[in-house]
Amino acid sequence: MTGADSGAPPPVEVRGLVKRYGELEAVAGVDLTVHAGDVYGYLGPNGAGKTTCLRMMLGLIRPTEGTVRLFGRDPLETVQALDDVAGFVEAPTFYPYLSGRRNLELLAAFDGGEAADRIDQALETVDLTDRAKDKIGGYSHGMRQRIGIAAALLRDPKLLLLDEPATGLDPAGMRDMRLLIRRLADQGMTVLLSSHLLAEVEELCNRVAIVRTGKIVYEGAISDLKRGAGATYRLSSTNDERALAVCRAQPGIGDVRTVHGKISFTAADDGAVAELSQALVEAGALIRALAPQTVTLEDLFFSLTEGDGTDGRGVPAGEPAPAPAPAEASP
Amino acid sequence: MSSTAPTIDIAPGGRAAAGARRRPGVGVVYRWELLKLRYQKRTYLGLGASVLVPILFVLAIHFRHDRRGGGDFAFASYLTKSGLVVPLVMLLFGAVWLFPLITALVAGDIFASEDHNGTLKTVLTRSLERWHIFAGKALAAATYATTAIFISGTVAVVAGSIQSGFNSVQTLSGTIVSAPKGLELVYLSLLVYLIPIATVVCIGLLLSTITRNSAAAVVGTLMISLLFQLIGILPGLGALGPYLLSTQFNAWQGLLRQPIDWSPIVRAAWVCAMYGVPALATAFLVFLRRDVAGG
Repeated sequence: MTGADSGAPPPVEVRGLVKRYGELEAVAGVDLTVHAGDVYGYLGPNGAGKTTCLRMMLGLIRPTEGTVRLFGRDPLETVQALDDVAGFVEAPTFYPYLSGRRNLELLAAFDGGEAADRIDQALETVDLTDRAKDKIGGYSHGMRQRIGIAAALLRDPKLLLLDEPATGLDPAGMRDMRLLIRRLADQGMTVLLSSHLLAEVEELCNRVAIVRTGKIVYEGAISDLKRGAGATYRLSSTNDERALAVCRAQPGIGDVRTVHGKISFTAADDGAVAELSQALVEAGALIRALAPQTVTLEDLFFSLTEGDGTDGRGVPAGEPAPAPAPAEASP
Repeated sequence: MSSTAPTIDIAPGGRAAAGARRRPGVGVVYRWELLKLRYQKRTYLGLGASVLVPILFVLAIHFRHDRRGGGDFAFASYLTKSGLVVPLVMLLFGAVWLFPLITALVAGDIFASEDHNGTLKTVLTRSLERWHIFAGKALAAATYATTAIFISGTVAVVAGSIQSGFNSVQTLSGTIVSAPKGLELVYLSLLVYLIPIATVVCIGLLLSTITRNSAAAVVGTLMISLLFQLIGILPGLGALGPYLLSTQFNAWQGLLRQPIDWSPIVRAAWVCAMYGVPALATAFLVFLRRDVAGG
């Protein structure tokens, strides 16, 4: 149940979002929808406009064009649009000369309501009760990330927006952060997180948007993305040059290329692979090895975001995903 | 963040109705801004100067070889006769750079430091409107400046009285007023002094908002104040004198005439408003509409 069919406005609805800085178009017409209950990954390389987009969602910067609606409300029109929303962009920031608890007290006062009553619980959730009296200036990066989550939880949000929450954390910190986000999502919180850590996104998220140079190149379920990518195979033969030509000419076989000295291709179905095997034998290119590859989100991400954008591998959001080749030549 | 940590209850039953959220306002921001000032070194730098400079001034009077007084500025001859003259002389000389600097230390920093530290984005994503934040900060900067002026004045009265006694004082018209009346005039003078100081606050807030750089805003505010002083002494620009910010720092002297001369005070009010209101309004509009992209 994602809440897509509940009739209530979705937690995040972004339409035609554009942000220009002079000649530079940092965000170039982003459309995305995060449904209630989603754990939504917002992916893209550095400079793709992810943080700018998140800032616009939080009302910190004004879009040049387009609209943002959080639970149906515009954050630029009213601060009430942020009532059920919390999170941080880039690193969470606090007053270094105040203690962790004092910072949370300040933010709770700025939230109003019962936020102050949740301070102890939030500190406990992120395991910082013992360090709450220390000045934040002395906190490690990981502790600041955690107090950032605690500050978000004070608002008792329905929607959590997190920008690179695991950046700079050690492996244990990353694991803990992942567990925390998973737990919050399991309690029904909608989460939108931007991340470079694709394995983390693949593990946590049910839907993703992949952004490249300010444009969404894919938006939808990770499962659909993988399904759309088709099955990818690696082939090694006695005559790779001839095998390459056979693969390119064979119906049902696509995205043929050489990766780390082996031929990589996608197949529409198992029958297409069987027919290819026969065609290779007939062409005198005997098969040494033919193995299916597991397509990861990382493979798909690189396929969608690398290159000059003119190779046809990137596709607009909503269209069928391409059939990317895995970047690694693992069996 | 252990997996055994308690969970935050976000079930519908545990949530306050969205519409029932008690909204904070300017008062909350103001209180927390004052608290934040208490934890910052620059606050104590400014307030420390407000305390130290009058004490040093009195020590200088005490250790002068020629203790008969004298000098070519107002009240000079009375410095060793009444301690109540010390705060007035402080007002006279403090206008050049001391009080503008003390004021700029906080007014120029209050937005810029939040920009620099990235905390502006933290507070702007809570439940406060931007104007709440602006108003709270502006009030806090004004409160700090007021506190600094009154601390300086009080320290000057106490130190001056210890040095020269709590005695009657001669006004600028030559009449002698009793010590209690003199004390009243000193504090009224401090109040009038707040008019140009408020303008310095507004200029500091403007530079703090638009430069987003604490040092640039503090130095810039001081430079603007000094520029007015410079224009005031340039030959051929005497006609501008009554309309310069620097001149308004002397408006309090109207209180020390018999009868009281209100004209410099009234002029200070509108001349300072002429500089201060546009600066404050611009800072407000810039803050309301700006992109918070740093940090």
